[in-house]
Amino acid sequence: MATARPLPAYLAGIRPGRIVAWTLLAIGGVLMVTPVFYMLMTSLKLPHEVYQLTLIPREPTLENYFYVLKDGRFMRWFMNSLLIATIVTLSNVFFDSLVGYVLAKFTFRGRYVVFLAILSTLMIPTEMLVIPWYMMSAAFGWLDTTWGIMFPGVMTAFGTFLMKQFFETVPDDFLDAARIDGQGEFAIWWTIAMPLVTPALSALAIFVFLGNWTAFLWPLIVTTSPNLYTLPVGLTTFSVEQQIDWELIMTGASLATIPTLLIFLIFQRYIIRGVVLAGLKG
Amino acid sequence: MRILKSLAAAALLAVGFAGGVKAQSVEIEYWQYTFETRVRAMDELIKRFEAANPGIKVKHVNFPYNDYRTKVSAAMAAGQGPDVVQLFYGWLDDFHNSKILQPLPAAAFPAAKIEAEYFPMVREMKRDGAYYALPTAVRSLSVFYNTRLMKEAGLDPAKPPATLDALLDAAKKMTKRDASGNITQVGIGAGVEWQDQHWWREVLVRQFGGTPYSAEGRQVTYNSEAGLKALTWYVDMFRTHKVTARNFMDEPQAAFRAQRAGLMVDGNFRIGALERTRGLEWIVAPLPSHNGIRSNYGSYWVNGITASSKGAKLDAATKFLAFVTTPEAMQHWLDVTGELPAREAAAYSKSATESPIYGPFVAGLKEAHATRFVDESAQRQLVMDAVSRILLENQDPAVSLKIMAEAEQKLLDGFYKK
Amino acid sequence: MSWYANRTIEQKRVVWAWTFLAVPLAFYVLVRFYPTLESFYVSLHSWRLIGERRWVGLDNYVRLATDPVFWKVFANTFIYLIVGTPLSIVLSFVVAYQLDRVRFMHGFIRALYFLPFLTTAAAMAWVWRWFYQPVPIGVINNALASLGIPQITFLASTTNALPAILATAIWHGLGFQVIIFMAGLRAIPTSYYEAARIDGVTDWTILREITIPLMRPTVIFLVVFSSIGYLRIFDQVYNMTTNDPGGPLDSTKPLVLLIYQTAFRSYELGYAAAQTVVLFVVLLAISLLQLRLMKDR
Repeated sequence: MATARPLPAYLAGIRPGRIVAWTLLAIGGVLMVTPVFYMLMTSLKLPHEVYQLTLIPREPTLENYFYVLKDGRFMRWFMNSLLIATIVTLSNVFFDSLVGYVLAKFTFRGRYVVFLAILSTLMIPTEMLVIPWYMMSAAFGWLDTTWGIMFPGVMTAFGTFLMKQFFETVPDDFLDAARIDGQGEFAIWWTIAMPLVTPALSALAIFVFLGNWTAFLWPLIVTTSPNLYTLPVGLTTFSVEQQIDWELIMTGASLATIPTLLIFLIFQRYIIRGVVLAGLKG
Repeated sequence: MRILKSLAAAALLAVGFAGGVKAQSVEIEYWQYTFETRVRAMDELIKRFEAANPGIKVKHVNFPYNDYRTKVSAAMAAGQGPDVVQLFYGWLDDFHNSKILQPLPAAAFPAAKIEAEYFPMVREMKRDGAYYALPTAVRSLSVFYNTRLMKEAGLDPAKPPATLDALLDAAKKMTKRDASGNITQVGIGAGVEWQDQHWWREVLVRQFGGTPYSAEGRQVTYNSEAGLKALTWYVDMFRTHKVTARNFMDEPQAAFRAQRAGLMVDGNFRIGALERTRGLEWIVAPLPSHNGIRSNYGSYWVNGITASSKGAKLDAATKFLAFVTTPEAMQHWLDVTGELPAREAAAYSKSATESPIYGPFVAGLKEAHATRFVDESAQRQLVMDAVSRILLENQDPAVSLKIMAEAEQKLLDGFYKK
Repeated sequence: MSWYANRTIEQKRVVWAWTFLAVPLAFYVLVRFYPTLESFYVSLHSWRLIGERRWVGLDNYVRLATDPVFWKVFANTFIYLIVGTPLSIVLSFVVAYQLDRVRFMHGFIRALYFLPFLTTAAAMAWVWRWFYQPVPIGVINNALASLGIPQITFLASTTNALPAILATAIWHGLGFQVIIFMAGLRAIPTSYYEAARIDGVTDWTILREITIPLMRPTVIFLVVFSSIGYLRIFDQVYNMTTNDPGGPLDSTKPLVLLIYQTAFRSYELGYAAAQTVVLFVVLLAISLLQLRLMKDR
């Protein structure tokens, strides 16, 4: 199996303690995924099997998925979530890195003030802003619109800060050389600086996408029409409606979970690296 | 040049024409909460209405009950509300005070006619001499029994319990436990967060000799010996007789539909869902009497016209409201949702009174009381908390009742002071 | 244009800087700063969404201070915070520390721990809600019953409901903490360990004397990050207690749910704004504490 790094000399020779530790660790890991696994397995069960304590369905069926997807609501919510998370992610990648770049690479009076001001918004909890955002949305007619769901997140201080950190590592010479070649400032940022920070960009993208894919409170507040719900909000209403049929609720929950799991399985290394980057530098 | 000019003229004409057509057709918005059968029934009524009224389009918006009231108020405040809105009768005061509704046009809805034709409890919809909303359907409570479980327990489905004591006895017989003593089947599916709050307030309190509120609904009067007896009787089902359990299968109706509850008290709006549950055999019986007293709780959802509806939209909204309150619309509503017509004549139709399913509900309407809520969800929370305190914290029912009564009185005082 | 052409390169760059910043600054002002100030302002009013705002000074704060529900909620929020943070930090450190020393199936086990972090909290709350149901449908209680063990009341109990919900939040966030801790462990040069090893020091001493002190910045980061998370817990509670939100008897209700209910169920926007100000102050205190701790380093 993949070795993360060369084993230090002091770990050579496997001792019984290590085996115990490994076993406990593995059991813990299995327990961690049990709820997700159990959910997925239940979504494949027929109603009469749901409350039996078997993990693997005896007669696996996709019937629950057909039932849940039948009326098109879930597809709709899925597309809404995908659209919103994608647009917000692109917006963050653009604006956060632009601002981060300016703060890292331009010298001008007021730079520090701007930086501090943006940084200080990290201390404002979203929950404090939902009431004013709601009033604002009502005033501008943004309630119950896709834009209404998205607008609070199109830029984040976290992303700006992360990108600033990374742009600081880009050597000035690169940029100055381009300037001497007569390239415009926007072009320099976009074609020269941005490609140098792609790991940070993907880290930012992962975090923002995940955050918006799972976002609950604000979409819950701002949407009214079921056809504008995001997946988590739609799932909540769906589950409240179903109540009795847990296999259908598990199917809905699976539908919300499977996409991120698939992406994770494919891009595991990048995602973990991205989370570490975002977590430690951001 | 000439061709261009005539083209432009033609285009202008076309635009003007399109505009003209647009002005003639009007779209109104109708809002209700999501409840599958009600949505279906309304979709069909809208189809019929649009066929009868070309030029009027009705946009049907519905969203979950949990957020319904919030969204209506919020949308009205933001000026984005519907033209015709459905509301629970208990919200009228709040909606009236918030100026969400306008009085129904008296020409189309004369008060005298409403009072002659609708069930008396609909008079609650009158404020300062004008009606503000009208129901299509009304509801009352009855007891649902699972006949398979009744037979298993040796009970005769032909003779369902007629008294409260017999009901408790039946519940005891239908309760099942596993080896460790866990309840695996409840005799009665119960939870005050559902219909039991009404059963307690308007039925049990009266049956034990009390009244829940003063005549105009401004004073809490259930903090009495009768109220205490009623509350104790209710919680004893959980703590003494153990014929039911809190949150059993999450909801009483879920347990009933899964054949894990012998009986439950519920409204006629549940009929549609039960009919669609495969393999479930059930009957309906009137609410049991106690001390020779019968009572019931009546409630209804009404449709009102919002204050923001004006001009052509107001005309269309008036027509629409008149349409959904015709006896024919009520009959359709009954067929699809199982909710009873709000007009007495329609409700007492032969088909309804003689139906083994609807009969008990229609009979219940005669003895039904409608609670005059000032804040339905807050008042519901108070009953829930009162029961929780007794069951979870072993609080003395008398103390819990007193706390609830004081909190509710404060709520009423705060509301009527305004 | 000639004005621009006459500028020096340095001045041109200043112009560009502000051009680039124009839209973002407008955003921060309109969507972050202005709403923050407005929250403070609204908190001094009585306002029920429909109808007018009425200035009431500090009445909302007085009402908060005398509202037993608020204090209950405040206490709940602190339990989420004070139990959740250390418990999840210790757990994730133990896992990360052990995982760091494991070679066999390292990547796979790491993935197992990380996976819950990628799930949607609102969706998984329903899974957990089902697990916690009483017999005959709840997964955990069915398992207990099949072993002949009496069932446990989870969500319908005033004492067990909060820990049951908190457990799901810890479960959800653990993977992130593990990954961050492992990155922190990796950042410690192996030469430190080798030196210690040559001196013949035990694993335990290495952990105590080298690893933990060097992990201090990581720990501080995670403590702050996760305490902010627990302070703002909402999705899980909302979805697991829809029948009696924050119940039973408000025993699971966190501050954000109270804010949601006050603002969007009761429409008391002024009162809700005052509650958000409290949340803000608590968060600010935590952030300042972090700065302080970072400085001490």
